[in-house]
Amino acid sequence: MILVFLEIREGKVKKSSLEVLSEGKRRADELKTEVQAVLIGHNIEGLASEAFPYRASKVYVLENSLLSHYSAASFSQAMHSLVEEVKPEIILFSASAMGKDLAPRLAAKLGVSLATDCIQTACRAGKLEVIRPIFAGKAFVTVSFKGSPQMATLRPNVFPLLEPETKQGEVVKKDVVIPEDQVKGKVEEILREEGAELDVTEADVVISGGRGMKGPENFDLLRELSSIVPHSAIGASRSAVDAGWIDHQHQVGQTGKTVSPNLYMAFGISGAIQHLAGMSSSKHIIAVNKDPEASIFKVADFGIVGDLFQVVPHLKEELKKVLAE
Amino acid sequence: MNIFVFVKRVPDTESKIRINHETKTIVEEGLNFVLSPYDEYAVEEALRLREANGGKVTVVSVGKEEALTTLKKCLAMGADEAVLLKDESPETYDGLRTARIIARAVEQKFSDHNLLLFGKQSVGADNAQVPAMVAELLGLPQVNVVTKLEVKGNQGTAHREIEGALEKVSFSLSAVISAQKGLNEPRYETLKGIMAAKKKEIPVVTLEELGFKDDDILPMLEVIKLESPPQRQAGKIIEDEPQEAAKKLVAFLHEEAKVI
Repeated sequence: MILVFLEIREGKVKKSSLEVLSEGKRRADELKTEVQAVLIGHNIEGLASEAFPYRASKVYVLENSLLSHYSAASFSQAMHSLVEEVKPEIILFSASAMGKDLAPRLAAKLGVSLATDCIQTACRAGKLEVIRPIFAGKAFVTVSFKGSPQMATLRPNVFPLLEPETKQGEVVKKDVVIPEDQVKGKVEEILREEGAELDVTEADVVISGGRGMKGPENFDLLRELSSIVPHSAIGASRSAVDAGWIDHQHQVGQTGKTVSPNLYMAFGISGAIQHLAGMSSSKHIIAVNKDPEASIFKVADFGIVGDLFQVVPHLKEELKKVLAE
Repeated sequence: MNIFVFVKRVPDTESKIRINHETKTIVEEGLNFVLSPYDEYAVEEALRLREANGGKVTVVSVGKEEALTTLKKCLAMGADEAVLLKDESPETYDGLRTARIIARAVEQKFSDHNLLLFGKQSVGADNAQVPAMVAELLGLPQVNVVTKLEVKGNQGTAHREIEGALEKVSFSLSAVISAQKGLNEPRYETLKGIMAAKKKEIPVVTLEELGFKDDDILPMLEVIKLESPPQRQAGKIIEDEPQEAAKKLVAFLHEEAKVI
Protein backbone atom coordinates (compact mmCIF):
# COMPACT_ATOMS: atom_id res chain seq x y z
CA MET A 1 0.00 0.00 0.00
CA ILE A 2 1.14 3.53 -0.73
CA LEU A 3 0.37 6.08 1.98
CA VAL A 4 0.16 9.79 1.13
CA PHE A 5 0.26 12.54 3.76
CA LEU A 6 -2.36 15.22 3.04
CA GLU A 7 -1.38 18.69 4.21
CA ILE A 8 -4.05 21.06 5.43
CA ARG A 9 -3.59 24.81 5.11
CA GLU A 10 -6.37 27.29 5.76
CA GLY A 11 -8.94 24.53 6.18
CA LYS A 12 -8.27 22.87 2.83
CA VAL A 13 -6.17 20.01 1.50
CA LYS A 14 -3.30 21.58 -0.42
CA LYS A 15 -3.15 21.11 -4.17
CA SER A 16 0.44 19.87 -3.93
CA SER A 17 -0.79 17.01 -1.69
CA LEU A 18 -3.38 16.05 -4.32
CA GLU A 19 -0.57 16.02 -6.90
CA VAL A 20 1.26 13.53 -4.68
CA LEU A 21 -1.91 11.46 -4.30
CA SER A 22 -2.26 11.41 -8.10
CA GLU A 23 1.33 10.24 -8.55
CA GLY A 24 0.82 7.71 -5.74
CA LYS A 25 -2.16 6.29 -7.63
CA ARG A 26 -0.10 5.93 -10.83
CA ARG A 27 2.58 3.96 -8.97
CA ALA A 28 0.00 1.96 -7.00
CA ASP A 29 -1.59 0.81 -10.28
CA GLU A 30 1.79 -0.43 -11.49
CA LEU A 31 2.45 -2.22 -8.22
CA LYS A 32 -1.11 -3.61 -8.22
CA THR A 33 -1.81 -2.10 -4.84
CA GLU A 34 -3.85 0.82 -3.56
CA VAL A 35 -3.13 4.35 -2.49
CA GLN A 36 -4.42 5.55 0.86
CA ALA A 37 -4.15 8.93 2.53
CA VAL A 38 -3.75 10.36 6.01
CA LEU A 39 -5.04 13.60 7.51
CA ILE A 40 -3.72 14.87 10.84
CA GLY A 41 -5.35 17.58 12.96
CA HIS A 42 -8.44 18.44 14.95
CA ASN A 43 -12.02 18.47 13.58
CA ILE A 44 -10.83 17.61 10.10
CA GLU A 45 -12.91 14.56 9.24
CA GLY A 46 -14.90 16.56 6.67
CA LEU A 47 -11.79 17.04 4.54
CA ALA A 48 -11.42 13.31 3.85
CA SER A 49 -13.86 13.55 0.93
CA GLU A 50 -11.38 15.80 -0.92
CA ALA A 51 -9.07 12.78 -1.38
CA PHE A 52 -11.52 10.36 -2.99
CA PRO A 53 -11.79 12.09 -6.40
CA TYR A 54 -8.00 11.56 -6.65
CA ARG A 55 -8.42 7.79 -6.01
CA ALA A 56 -7.52 7.36 -2.34
CA SER A 57 -9.27 4.10 -1.44
CA LYS A 58 -9.17 4.93 2.24
CA VAL A 59 -8.45 8.04 4.30
CA TYR A 60 -7.15 7.78 7.86
CA VAL A 61 -8.12 10.73 10.02
CA LEU A 62 -5.84 11.15 13.03
CA GLU A 63 -7.57 13.39 15.55
CA ASN A 64 -6.42 14.99 18.77
CA SER A 65 -6.95 18.51 20.08
CA LEU A 66 -3.17 18.75 20.56
CA LEU A 67 -2.83 18.32 16.81
CA SER A 68 -4.81 21.46 15.98
CA HIS A 69 -1.49 23.26 15.46
CA TYR A 70 1.32 21.74 13.46
CA SER A 71 4.41 20.47 15.24
CA ALA A 72 6.85 18.09 13.54
CA ALA A 73 7.31 16.18 16.81
CA SER A 74 3.61 15.52 17.48
CA PHE A 75 2.59 14.99 13.83
CA SER A 76 5.44 12.50 13.27
CA GLN A 77 4.41 10.67 16.42
CA ALA A 78 0.79 10.43 15.25
CA MET A 79 1.87 9.25 11.83
CA HIS A 80 4.35 6.78 13.29
CA SER A 81 1.63 4.96 15.20
CA LEU A 82 -0.44 4.68 12.01
CA VAL A 83 2.53 3.43 9.97
CA GLU A 84 3.30 0.77 12.57
CA GLU A 85 -0.28 -0.39 12.34
CA VAL A 86 -1.02 -0.31 8.61
CA LYS A 87 2.52 -0.98 7.33
CA PRO A 88 2.66 0.90 4.02
CA GLU A 89 5.43 -0.09 1.59
CA ILE A 90 5.80 3.50 0.40
CA ILE A 91 5.09 6.83 2.12
CA LEU A 92 4.90 10.01 0.05
CA PHE A 93 4.74 13.69 1.03
CA SER A 94 4.72 16.92 -0.90
CA ALA A 95 8.11 18.65 -0.70
CA SER A 96 6.29 21.67 0.75
CA ALA A 97 7.55 23.56 3.80
CA MET A 98 5.56 21.19 6.04
CA GLY A 99 6.45 18.04 4.10
CA LYS A 100 10.15 18.83 4.22
CA ASP A 101 9.89 19.46 7.97
CA LEU A 102 7.81 16.40 8.85
CA ALA A 103 9.07 13.65 6.52
CA PRO A 104 12.68 13.54 7.80
CA ARG A 105 11.48 13.46 11.41
CA LEU A 106 9.23 10.49 10.63
CA ALA A 107 11.97 8.79 8.59
CA ALA A 108 14.38 9.03 11.54
CA LYS A 109 11.70 7.61 13.84
CA LEU A 110 11.24 4.69 11.45
CA GLY A 111 14.99 4.32 10.90
CA VAL A 112 14.76 4.65 7.13
CA SER A 113 16.27 7.01 4.55
CA LEU A 114 14.34 9.59 2.60
CA ALA A 115 14.62 11.08 -0.88
CA THR A 116 13.87 14.83 -0.88
CA ASP A 117 12.18 16.92 -3.57
CA CYS A 118 11.84 14.23 -6.24
CA ILE A 119 10.79 15.19 -9.78
CA GLN A 120 10.13 11.71 -11.17
CA THR A 121 9.06 8.37 -9.73
CA ALA A 122 9.05 4.89 -11.27
CA CYS A 123 8.77 1.25 -10.27
CA ARG A 124 11.49 -1.31 -10.97
CA ALA A 125 11.08 -4.90 -9.84
CA GLY A 126 8.36 -3.94 -7.43
CA LYS A 127 10.41 -1.18 -5.81
CA LEU A 128 10.27 2.58 -5.97
CA GLU A 129 12.94 4.47 -7.89
CA VAL A 130 13.07 8.25 -7.85
CA ILE A 131 14.96 11.04 -9.58
CA ARG A 132 15.92 14.10 -7.59
CA PRO A 133 17.86 17.20 -8.57
CA ILE A 134 21.05 17.96 -6.65
CA PHE A 135 23.06 21.18 -6.75
CA ALA A 136 19.69 22.88 -7.27
CA GLY A 137 19.30 21.10 -10.60
CA LYS A 138 22.84 21.12 -11.99
CA ALA A 139 22.74 17.31 -11.74
CA PHE A 140 20.09 14.62 -11.29
CA VAL A 141 20.54 11.58 -9.09
CA THR A 142 18.43 8.42 -9.38
CA VAL A 143 18.10 6.52 -6.12
CA SER A 144 16.32 3.48 -4.72
CA PHE A 145 15.78 2.46 -1.12
CA LYS A 146 17.27 -0.36 0.91
CA GLY A 147 14.96 -0.07 3.90
CA SER A 148 11.20 -0.25 4.29
CA PRO A 149 8.99 1.76 4.12
CA GLN A 150 10.40 3.66 1.15
CA MET A 151 9.95 7.40 1.74
CA ALA A 152 10.06 10.38 -0.60
CA THR A 153 8.90 13.98 -0.82
CA LEU A 154 7.74 15.14 -4.27
CA ARG A 155 8.30 18.62 -5.65
CA PRO A 156 5.13 20.73 -5.97
CA ASN A 157 3.96 21.73 -9.46
CA VAL A 158 5.73 18.85 -11.22
CA PHE A 159 3.33 15.90 -11.03
CA PRO A 160 0.05 16.28 -12.96
CA LEU A 161 -3.25 15.97 -11.12
CA LEU A 162 -5.48 13.07 -12.15
CA GLU A 163 -8.79 14.04 -13.69
CA PRO A 164 -11.05 14.06 -10.60
CA GLU A 165 -13.76 11.36 -10.50
CA THR A 166 -16.88 11.20 -8.40
CA LYS A 167 -15.79 8.44 -6.08
CA GLN A 168 -16.33 7.47 -2.49
CA GLY A 169 -14.03 5.65 -0.13
CA GLU A 170 -13.67 4.59 3.44
CA VAL A 171 -12.94 7.07 6.23
CA VAL A 172 -11.11 5.52 9.18
CA LYS A 173 -11.09 7.82 12.18
CA LYS A 174 -8.48 7.26 14.85
CA ASP A 175 -8.06 9.05 18.13
CA VAL A 176 -4.35 9.22 18.70
CA VAL A 177 -2.63 9.65 22.03
CA ILE A 178 -0.13 12.49 22.17
CA PRO A 179 1.52 13.16 25.53
CA GLU A 180 1.54 16.95 26.04
CA ASP A 181 5.33 17.02 26.46
CA GLN A 182 5.62 15.53 22.98
CA VAL A 183 4.42 18.78 21.40
CA LYS A 184 7.92 20.12 20.97
CA GLY A 185 8.07 23.39 19.08
CA LYS A 186 4.62 24.90 18.86
CA VAL A 187 3.31 27.14 16.08
CA GLU A 188 1.94 30.17 17.95
CA GLU A 189 0.67 32.02 14.93
CA ILE A 190 1.03 32.34 11.20
CA LEU A 191 2.29 35.74 10.12
CA ARG A 192 1.12 36.68 6.67
CA GLU A 193 2.07 39.92 5.01
CA GLU A 194 -0.78 42.16 4.01
CA GLY A 195 -1.58 41.32 0.39
CA ALA A 196 0.95 38.49 0.47
CA GLU A 197 1.85 37.14 -2.90
CA LEU A 198 1.68 33.51 -3.99
CA ASP A 199 4.86 31.53 -3.31
CA VAL A 200 7.12 31.00 -6.34
CA THR A 201 7.25 27.23 -5.75
CA GLU A 202 3.48 26.95 -6.08
CA ALA A 203 2.70 29.41 -8.85
CA ASP A 204 1.74 28.42 -12.40
CA VAL A 205 3.56 31.46 -13.74
CA VAL A 206 6.67 33.04 -12.21
CA ILE A 207 7.44 36.62 -13.26
CA SER A 208 11.04 37.30 -12.31
CA GLY A 209 13.25 40.38 -12.27
CA GLY A 210 17.01 40.73 -12.07
CA ARG A 211 19.67 43.39 -11.96
CA GLY A 212 18.15 44.94 -15.10
CA MET A 213 15.17 46.07 -12.99
CA LYS A 214 17.50 48.85 -11.77
CA GLY A 215 15.77 49.41 -8.43
CA PRO A 216 13.14 48.17 -5.96
CA GLU A 217 10.40 50.50 -7.21
CA ASN A 218 10.50 48.95 -10.68
CA PHE A 219 9.34 45.61 -9.34
CA ASP A 220 5.91 47.27 -9.33
CA LEU A 221 5.96 46.85 -13.12
CA LEU A 222 6.19 43.10 -12.60
CA ARG A 223 3.56 43.18 -9.83
CA GLU A 224 1.18 44.91 -12.26
CA LEU A 225 1.85 42.18 -14.78
CA SER A 226 1.30 39.57 -12.07
CA SER A 227 -2.02 41.16 -11.11
CA ILE A 228 -3.47 40.30 -14.52
CA VAL A 229 -1.91 36.83 -14.95
CA PRO A 230 -3.79 34.20 -12.92
CA HIS A 231 -1.80 32.11 -10.37
CA SER A 232 1.38 34.07 -10.92
CA ALA A 233 4.08 34.97 -8.41
CA ILE A 234 7.00 37.38 -8.37
CA GLY A 235 10.50 35.91 -8.54
CA ALA A 236 13.93 37.52 -8.45
CA SER A 237 17.56 36.79 -9.15
CA ARG A 238 20.16 36.72 -6.41
CA SER A 239 21.62 40.08 -7.46
CA ALA A 240 18.22 41.76 -7.07
CA VAL A 241 17.78 40.18 -3.63
CA ASP A 242 21.32 40.94 -2.47
CA ALA A 243 20.86 44.55 -3.59
CA GLY A 244 17.94 44.70 -1.16
CA TRP A 245 15.34 45.38 -3.87
CA ILE A 246 13.08 42.49 -2.86
CA ASP A 247 12.79 39.95 -0.04
CA HIS A 248 14.81 36.72 -0.27
CA GLN A 249 11.57 34.67 -0.21
CA HIS A 250 11.31 35.58 -3.90
CA GLN A 251 14.81 34.42 -4.84
CA VAL A 252 15.05 31.74 -7.52
CA GLY A 253 18.30 29.81 -7.88
CA GLN A 254 20.83 27.85 -5.90
CA THR A 255 20.64 29.84 -2.66
CA GLY A 256 16.96 30.50 -3.24
CA LYS A 257 14.13 28.34 -4.47
CA THR A 258 14.03 25.86 -7.29
CA VAL A 259 10.88 26.29 -9.35
CA SER A 260 9.12 24.36 -12.12
CA PRO A 261 6.20 26.56 -13.16
CA ASN A 262 4.28 26.21 -16.38
CA LEU A 263 5.78 29.52 -17.51
CA TYR A 264 8.85 31.38 -16.28
CA MET A 265 9.23 34.99 -17.41
CA ALA A 266 12.69 36.49 -16.91
CA PHE A 267 13.08 40.27 -17.09
CA GLY A 268 16.54 41.82 -16.91
CA ILE A 269 18.05 38.54 -15.73
CA SER A 270 21.41 37.66 -17.31
CA GLY A 271 21.23 33.97 -16.39
CA ALA A 272 24.05 33.20 -13.95
CA ILE A 273 24.64 29.46 -13.61
CA GLN A 274 23.20 29.34 -10.09
CA HIS A 275 20.00 31.05 -11.35
CA LEU A 276 19.62 28.79 -14.39
CA ALA A 277 19.94 25.76 -12.08
CA GLY A 278 16.89 26.94 -10.16
CA MET A 279 14.52 27.54 -13.09
CA SER A 280 15.63 25.43 -16.06
CA SER A 281 13.03 22.77 -15.27
CA SER A 282 10.23 25.28 -15.98
CA LYS A 283 7.96 24.02 -18.74
CA HIS A 284 8.23 27.22 -20.79
CA ILE A 285 10.71 30.07 -20.42
CA ILE A 286 10.60 33.53 -21.96
CA ALA A 287 13.17 36.28 -21.45
CA VAL A 288 13.55 39.99 -22.08
CA ASN A 289 17.07 41.35 -21.87
CA LYS A 290 19.04 44.17 -23.48
CA ASP A 291 22.13 42.02 -23.92
CA PRO A 292 21.80 39.64 -26.90
CA GLU A 293 24.64 37.55 -25.41
CA ALA A 294 22.88 37.00 -22.07
CA SER A 295 22.98 33.33 -20.98
CA ILE A 296 19.27 33.39 -20.20
CA PHE A 297 18.60 33.27 -23.98
CA LYS A 298 20.29 29.84 -24.14
CA VAL A 299 17.43 28.34 -22.13
CA ALA A 300 14.57 30.58 -23.31
CA ASP A 301 11.89 29.27 -25.68
CA PHE A 302 11.21 32.83 -26.73
CA GLY A 303 13.45 35.81 -26.13
CA ILE A 304 13.22 39.51 -26.84
CA VAL A 305 16.41 41.51 -27.12
CA GLY A 306 15.29 44.89 -25.90
CA ASP A 307 14.64 47.30 -23.03
CA LEU A 308 12.28 45.72 -20.54
CA PHE A 309 11.00 49.14 -19.51
CA GLN A 310 9.70 49.62 -23.04
CA VAL A 311 8.52 46.06 -23.60
CA VAL A 312 6.67 45.34 -20.34
CA PRO A 313 3.96 48.03 -20.70
CA HIS A 314 3.09 46.72 -24.19
CA LEU A 315 3.28 43.16 -22.95
CA LYS A 316 0.74 44.01 -20.26
CA GLU A 317 -1.68 45.47 -22.80
CA GLU A 318 -1.30 42.52 -25.19
CA LEU A 319 -1.75 40.00 -22.35
CA LYS A 320 -4.88 41.82 -21.22
CA LYS A 321 -6.39 41.48 -24.68
CA VAL A 322 -5.71 37.75 -24.84
CA LEU A 323 -6.83 37.09 -21.26
CA ALA A 324 -10.08 38.98 -21.84
CA GLU A 325 -11.04 36.57 -24.64
CA MET B 1 25.08 29.24 26.21
CA ASN B 2 26.79 26.25 24.75
CA ILE B 3 26.11 26.31 21.02
CA PHE B 4 27.12 23.72 18.43
CA VAL B 5 26.99 24.52 14.72
CA PHE B 6 27.13 21.75 12.12
CA VAL B 7 28.73 22.77 8.84
CA LYS B 8 29.60 21.21 5.50
CA ARG B 9 32.20 21.85 2.83
CA VAL B 10 30.56 22.18 -0.60
CA PRO B 11 31.40 23.43 -4.13
CA ASP B 12 30.55 27.13 -4.47
CA THR B 13 27.38 28.12 -6.30
CA GLU B 14 29.26 29.31 -9.39
CA SER B 15 30.52 25.75 -9.96
CA LYS B 16 29.76 23.82 -13.13
CA ILE B 17 29.08 20.27 -12.04
CA ARG B 18 30.82 17.50 -14.02
CA ILE B 19 30.00 13.86 -13.47
CA ASN B 20 32.07 10.70 -13.33
CA HIS B 21 29.47 8.23 -14.60
CA GLU B 22 31.49 5.19 -13.63
CA THR B 23 31.87 6.03 -9.94
CA LYS B 24 28.52 7.91 -9.90
CA THR B 25 30.19 10.87 -8.20
CA ILE B 26 30.84 14.47 -9.16
CA VAL B 27 34.30 15.40 -10.38
CA GLU B 28 35.88 17.40 -7.54
CA GLU B 29 38.94 18.43 -9.51
CA GLY B 30 38.85 22.13 -10.38
CA LEU B 31 35.95 22.93 -8.06
CA ASN B 32 36.21 25.74 -5.54
CA PHE B 33 34.97 24.50 -2.17
CA VAL B 34 33.40 26.79 0.42
CA LEU B 35 31.47 26.72 3.68
CA SER B 36 27.89 25.90 2.59
CA PRO B 37 26.07 29.28 2.39
CA TYR B 38 23.20 28.36 4.73
CA ASP B 39 25.71 27.06 7.29
CA GLU B 40 27.37 30.46 7.20
CA TYR B 41 24.14 32.04 8.48
CA ALA B 42 24.07 29.42 11.24
CA VAL B 43 27.63 30.23 12.32
CA GLU B 44 26.88 33.96 12.30
CA GLU B 45 23.75 33.47 14.40
CA ALA B 46 25.70 31.40 16.92
CA LEU B 47 28.31 34.15 17.23
CA ARG B 48 25.59 36.78 17.77
CA LEU B 49 23.91 34.65 20.44
CA ARG B 50 27.24 34.21 22.21
CA GLU B 51 27.91 37.94 22.02
CA ALA B 52 24.49 38.64 23.58
CA ASN B 53 24.39 35.85 26.17
CA GLY B 54 27.95 34.69 26.70
CA GLY B 55 28.98 31.09 26.25
CA LYS B 56 30.83 29.08 23.68
CA VAL B 57 30.47 28.28 19.98
CA THR B 58 31.80 24.97 18.67
CA VAL B 59 31.68 24.16 14.95
CA VAL B 60 31.50 20.55 13.85
CA SER B 61 31.79 18.99 10.41
CA VAL B 62 31.25 15.44 9.17
CA GLY B 63 33.61 14.79 6.30
CA LYS B 64 37.04 14.15 4.97
CA GLU B 65 40.22 15.87 6.12
CA GLU B 66 39.60 18.63 3.56
CA ALA B 67 36.76 19.86 5.77
CA LEU B 68 39.41 21.18 8.17
CA THR B 69 39.70 24.21 5.87
CA THR B 70 35.99 24.86 6.28
CA LEU B 71 36.29 24.56 10.06
CA LYS B 72 39.25 26.98 10.03
CA LYS B 73 37.08 29.53 8.24
CA CYS B 74 34.47 29.24 11.00
CA LEU B 75 37.18 29.68 13.64
CA ALA B 76 38.40 32.75 11.77
CA MET B 77 34.84 34.14 11.86
CA GLY B 78 35.02 33.84 15.65
CA ALA B 79 34.00 30.33 16.70
CA ASP B 80 35.77 29.16 19.85
CA GLU B 81 36.39 25.54 18.96
CA ALA B 82 36.07 23.10 16.09
CA VAL B 83 35.79 19.33 15.80
CA LEU B 84 36.04 17.14 12.69
CA LEU B 85 33.99 13.94 12.67
CA LYS B 86 36.10 12.15 10.13
CA ASP B 87 34.14 10.24 7.52
CA GLU B 88 36.04 8.94 4.50
CA SER B 89 32.94 7.87 2.63
CA PRO B 90 32.05 9.69 -0.61
CA GLU B 91 28.74 11.60 -0.75
CA THR B 92 25.94 9.10 -0.12
CA TYR B 93 22.97 11.50 -0.42
CA ASP B 94 21.68 9.64 2.64
CA GLY B 95 20.63 12.18 5.26
CA LEU B 96 19.91 9.57 7.92
CA ARG B 97 23.49 8.30 7.81
CA THR B 98 24.86 11.80 8.51
CA ALA B 99 22.20 12.44 11.14
CA ARG B 100 23.11 9.23 12.99
CA ILE B 101 26.79 10.23 13.08
CA ILE B 102 25.93 13.69 14.38
CA ALA B 103 23.41 12.45 16.96
CA ARG B 104 25.90 9.92 18.29
CA ALA B 105 28.62 12.58 18.56
CA VAL B 106 26.24 14.93 20.37
CA GLU B 107 25.33 12.23 22.89
CA GLN B 108 28.90 11.17 23.51
CA LYS B 109 30.91 14.36 23.13
CA PHE B 110 28.64 17.42 23.20
CA SER B 111 25.98 16.42 25.70
CA ASP B 112 26.14 19.82 27.45
CA HIS B 113 24.47 21.63 24.53
CA ASN B 114 21.88 24.40 24.74
CA LEU B 115 21.36 24.81 21.00
CA LEU B 116 22.24 22.86 17.85
CA LEU B 117 22.40 25.03 14.73
CA PHE B 118 22.46 23.92 11.09
CA GLY B 119 22.00 25.40 7.62
CA LYS B 120 18.52 24.56 6.28
CA GLN B 121 20.18 22.32 3.69
CA SER B 122 23.63 21.82 2.25
CA VAL B 123 24.13 23.45 -1.11
CA GLY B 124 24.74 20.33 -3.16
CA ALA B 125 23.00 17.26 -1.75
CA ASP B 126 20.03 19.60 -1.17
CA ASN B 127 18.60 17.06 1.27
CA ALA B 128 17.16 19.39 3.91
CA GLN B 129 16.83 16.34 6.20
CA VAL B 130 19.69 16.21 8.67
CA PRO B 131 18.47 18.85 11.19
CA ALA B 132 15.02 17.25 11.60
CA MET B 133 16.52 13.77 11.79
CA VAL B 134 19.02 14.82 14.45
CA ALA B 135 16.18 16.46 16.41
CA GLU B 136 14.21 13.21 16.29
CA LEU B 137 17.16 11.00 17.22
CA LEU B 138 17.89 13.23 20.22
CA GLY B 139 14.25 13.89 21.14
CA LEU B 140 14.61 17.67 20.72
CA PRO B 141 12.28 20.33 19.30
CA GLN B 142 13.09 21.46 15.76
CA VAL B 143 12.49 24.69 13.91
CA ASN B 144 13.65 24.60 10.29
CA VAL B 145 14.12 27.33 7.66
CA VAL B 146 14.43 30.07 10.26
CA THR B 147 14.68 33.76 9.36
CA LYS B 148 14.50 35.17 12.91
CA LEU B 149 15.65 33.70 16.21
CA GLU B 150 15.26 34.96 19.77
CA VAL B 151 16.41 33.18 22.89
CA LYS B 152 15.63 34.17 26.48
CA GLY B 153 16.77 31.86 29.26
CA ASN B 154 15.73 28.39 28.22
CA GLN B 155 12.91 29.57 25.96
CA GLY B 156 13.15 30.48 22.31
CA THR B 157 11.00 31.91 19.53
CA ALA B 158 11.73 31.57 15.85
CA HIS B 159 10.18 32.65 12.59
CA ARG B 160 10.05 29.79 10.15
CA GLU B 161 9.45 30.36 6.44
CA ILE B 162 6.51 28.55 4.83
CA GLU B 163 4.76 29.19 1.51
CA GLY B 164 3.96 32.90 1.35
CA ALA B 165 4.01 33.36 5.14
CA LEU B 166 5.97 32.83 8.34
CA GLU B 167 5.19 30.56 11.26
CA LYS B 168 6.03 31.93 14.68
CA VAL B 169 7.22 28.93 16.68
CA SER B 170 7.98 28.76 20.41
CA PHE B 171 10.20 26.06 21.87
CA SER B 172 12.27 25.10 24.91
CA LEU B 173 16.03 24.71 24.82
CA SER B 174 17.89 22.66 23.89
CA ALA B 175 16.60 22.64 20.34
CA VAL B 176 17.59 22.13 16.72
CA ILE B 177 17.40 25.23 14.53
CA SER B 178 18.19 25.42 10.81
CA ALA B 179 19.06 28.73 9.18
CA GLN B 180 17.55 30.26 6.06
CA LYS B 181 18.91 33.18 4.05
CA GLY B 182 17.67 36.40 5.63
CA LEU B 183 18.43 35.32 9.21
CA ASN B 184 21.43 37.67 9.33
CA GLU B 185 24.31 39.08 7.31
CA PRO B 186 27.39 36.91 7.96
CA ARG B 187 30.56 38.75 8.97
CA TYR B 188 33.87 38.51 7.16
CA GLU B 189 36.86 36.96 8.86
CA THR B 190 39.29 39.49 10.33
CA LEU B 191 43.03 39.19 9.90
CA LYS B 192 43.29 38.71 13.66
CA GLY B 193 40.71 35.97 13.48
CA ILE B 194 42.54 34.22 10.65
CA MET B 195 45.82 34.32 12.58
CA ALA B 196 44.17 33.00 15.75
CA ALA B 197 42.41 30.24 13.78
CA LYS B 198 45.72 29.08 12.36
CA LYS B 199 47.04 28.40 15.83
CA LYS B 200 44.00 26.45 16.99
CA GLU B 201 44.14 22.68 16.96
CA ILE B 202 41.12 20.88 15.59
CA PRO B 203 40.47 17.53 17.26
CA VAL B 204 39.59 14.72 14.86
CA VAL B 205 37.09 12.07 15.98
CA THR B 206 36.78 8.91 13.89
CA LEU B 207 33.59 6.93 13.33
CA GLU B 208 35.19 3.99 15.18
CA GLU B 209 35.72 6.22 18.20
CA LEU B 210 32.00 6.99 18.10
CA GLY B 211 31.39 3.24 18.25
CA PHE B 212 30.34 2.72 14.63
CA LYS B 213 31.42 -0.37 12.76
CA ASP B 214 31.53 -0.18 8.97
CA ASP B 215 28.43 -2.25 8.46
CA ASP B 216 26.17 -0.34 10.82
CA ILE B 217 26.69 2.93 9.01
CA LEU B 218 26.11 1.76 5.45
CA PRO B 219 23.97 4.12 3.35
CA MET B 220 20.37 2.98 2.97
CA LEU B 221 19.89 4.79 -0.32
CA GLU B 222 21.35 3.26 -3.43
CA VAL B 223 22.63 5.63 -6.10
CA ILE B 224 21.58 4.10 -9.40
CA LYS B 225 22.56 6.90 -11.73
CA LEU B 226 24.06 10.38 -11.64
CA GLU B 227 23.51 12.46 -14.75
CA SER B 228 23.41 15.97 -16.13
CA PRO B 229 19.97 17.49 -16.53
CA PRO B 230 18.51 17.42 -20.03
CA GLN B 231 19.79 20.42 -22.01
CA ARG B 232 17.19 22.93 -23.09
CA GLN B 233 17.17 23.96 -26.71
CA ALA B 234 17.45 27.69 -27.21
CA GLY B 235 14.27 28.96 -28.85
CA LYS B 236 13.42 31.96 -30.95
CA ILE B 237 15.22 35.21 -30.17
CA ILE B 238 13.83 38.38 -31.74
CA GLU B 239 14.82 42.04 -31.93
CA ASP B 240 11.92 44.29 -32.83
CA GLU B 241 10.00 47.45 -31.94
CA PRO B 242 8.76 47.04 -28.33
CA GLN B 243 5.06 46.86 -29.25
CA GLU B 244 5.67 44.45 -32.13
CA ALA B 245 7.96 42.30 -29.95
CA ALA B 246 5.35 42.18 -27.17
CA LYS B 247 2.67 41.13 -29.71
CA LYS B 248 4.85 38.32 -31.05
CA LEU B 249 5.66 37.12 -27.55
CA VAL B 250 2.00 36.99 -26.54
CA ALA B 251 1.15 35.21 -29.79
CA PHE B 252 3.82 32.63 -28.92
CA LEU B 253 2.45 32.18 -25.37
CA HIS B 254 -1.15 31.96 -26.53
CA GLU B 255 -0.97 30.02 -29.78
CA GLU B 256 2.22 27.98 -29.67
CA ALA B 257 2.98 27.29 -26.00
CA LYS B 258 -0.72 27.60 -25.06
CA VAL B 259 0.13 28.74 -21.54
CA ILE B 260 -1.82 32.00 -21.51
